Amino acid sequence: MDWFKRIKEGITTSTHEKKETPDGLWSKCPKCKTIVTTKEQEENLYVCFNCNYHHRIGSKEYFKILFDNNKFTELDKNIVSVDILKFKDKKAYTERISSMQRNTGLKDAVRTAHGKINNNIVVVACMDFSFIGGSIGSVVGEKIARAIDFARVKNYPLLIISKSGGARMMEAGISLMQLAKTSAKLAQLAEKGLPYISLCTDPTFGGATASFSMLGDLNIAEPNALIGFAGPKVVKETIGKDLPEGFQTAEFLKEKGFIDIIIDRKDLKEKISQLFRIMKK
Amino acid sequence: MIKHFLSFEKQVSDLEGKIEELRHLSSGADINIAEEIGKLQGAVSEELRSTYSKLTAWQKVQVARHPERPHFEDILNHLMEDYTPLSGDRNFADDNALTGGTAFFRGRSVVVIGIDKGKDTNDRILKNFGMARPEGYRKAIRLMQLADQFSLPILMFVDTAGAYPGKGAEERGQAEAIARCIQKSLQVSVPTISVITGEGGSGGAVALAVANNTLMLEHAIYSVISPEGCSSILWRSSENANHAAEALKLTAQDMQKFNIIDEIIPEPTGGAHRDPHLAIKKIGDAVENRLINLLSLQKDELLKLKEEKYLKIS
Repeated sequence: MDWFKRIKEGITTSTHEKKETPDGLWSKCPKCKTIVTTKEQEENLYVCFNCNYHHRIGSKEYFKILFDNNKFTELDKNIVSVDILKFKDKKAYTERISSMQRNTGLKDAVRTAHGKINNNIVVVACMDFSFIGGSIGSVVGEKIARAIDFARVKNYPLLIISKSGGARMMEAGISLMQLAKTSAKLAQLAEKGLPYISLCTDPTFGGATASFSMLGDLNIAEPNALIGFAGPKVVKETIGKDLPEGFQTAEFLKEKGFIDIIIDRKDLKEKISQLFRIMKK
Repeated sequence: MIKHFLSFEKQVSDLEGKIEELRHLSSGADINIAEEIGKLQGAVSEELRSTYSKLTAWQKVQVARHPERPHFEDILNHLMEDYTPLSGDRNFADDNALTGGTAFFRGRSVVVIGIDKGKDTNDRILKNFGMARPEGYRKAIRLMQLADQFSLPILMFVDTAGAYPGKGAEERGQAEAIARCIQKSLQVSVPTISVITGEGGSGGAVALAVANNTLMLEHAIYSVISPEGCSSILWRSSENANHAAEALKLTAQDMQKFNIIDEIIPEPTGGAHRDPHLAIKKIGDAVENRLINLLSLQKDELLKLKEEKYLKIS
């Protein structure tokens, strides 16, 4: 069986001669393993061609998808966290923040902006999961509160795109108060009769769902997004049983009556602007 | 006598053991031991005073969870008259962890709502260890609505590790129920007072802690996550709960410093569990003071003050 014999001894290609594809040119769907180029993926709004898996994306991508010609004005761009608690675990909180800012190019876990969506101005707050798990601390709470204020004063509709693990541990009690603060602001917005749509994306949990994410005039979600109060691991530990398939997915929540509609990312812009046109004061 | 001693109360438990022994001896013989007992009791008080004046955050967590601390049921029994428990969320079920109803509090009609961990095994199982389900929070919303409609002040008492993280609770929208409850408590225009008596655990506690005045017992805690949970996430092991408790700044004293609460109610020496009656009386006095003050305000003032309180938090 000569086939299995290595004829040439030793592999002599030197490292610099090896032909490898550069990193980041291809992307593999974590669900169905289909491989596409990153360019194709971007063109398809980070949704798998094959299985419709919606990749997790951030504010940069959502703004580009939603705002006409990617034109928008960012609000309160430069608010950054003050470490009131002087929180320190294995790493000091201030260190964690600055390394996150370096790695992600973001200031905190939410960006707020106003701009035109199909020619109508909308205020959008979009969370970034890549920044400490989209956790809600004083900056996130304050920016969302100010965005709601902006919408209220200027008579614009509001869209909040949630993507969050919940309240930020490193700001402890102060994080918890953001639940009350954002809820208070949303009540003011409702009083004025302005519409608020909450878009829950993968994942939306804890302090987010226990406040603004579930308080939309309409609560909508992306397909298959995990949404809940306690994370699936905690629920599983609590009940000591495996969870049924599809537990806490957007489809599950819709069936249970907590989500109005599930919208594919490719229809998001059209649907949002349509709904806001209908609910316009 | 106290049944549960905490790990840092070793000396107190030794001393009290000796007192008990002496009492036992004296009943048999007629030796005069009153003096000795008096001395030992003095030592106990001194020990308790010094221990409890410098509790660490983690020790406070243990005190806040002490099984003999006054529960919501004790508060109902000792502070409220003609209490009528009102059941059900009008949608799905009644919740036994979070209960409430109408009552007279020192002569004034009120709506009272609270979370109770239960006093013995059966009671704890019935009350789901003080972890409310969505039905509980929806019942709270309904009771707040009722209070608003009939201009009754709302008194809330919080002692919970957190909202129940079970499968059914998720299916029935635990998060939505809490979010609506928080919003409702901001919208009612009657005086609202909340007292965190033991543990104020995360969103499940916030739902009943948003009020015109939020008070905490001296050794109560208020936290975004349990120190154990925080430790396992950030330190990747549950053994750093004491460090996590410290880092989370969850004590009543910290909460007051950050303007998250309005007042600390002092506890009897050695913690509320040493003298529940006195602790409850102190709760009653503090709540009454606050209530008299709030009752002098107009509805729109109450709303405005509450709104400002939460909007100014950075």
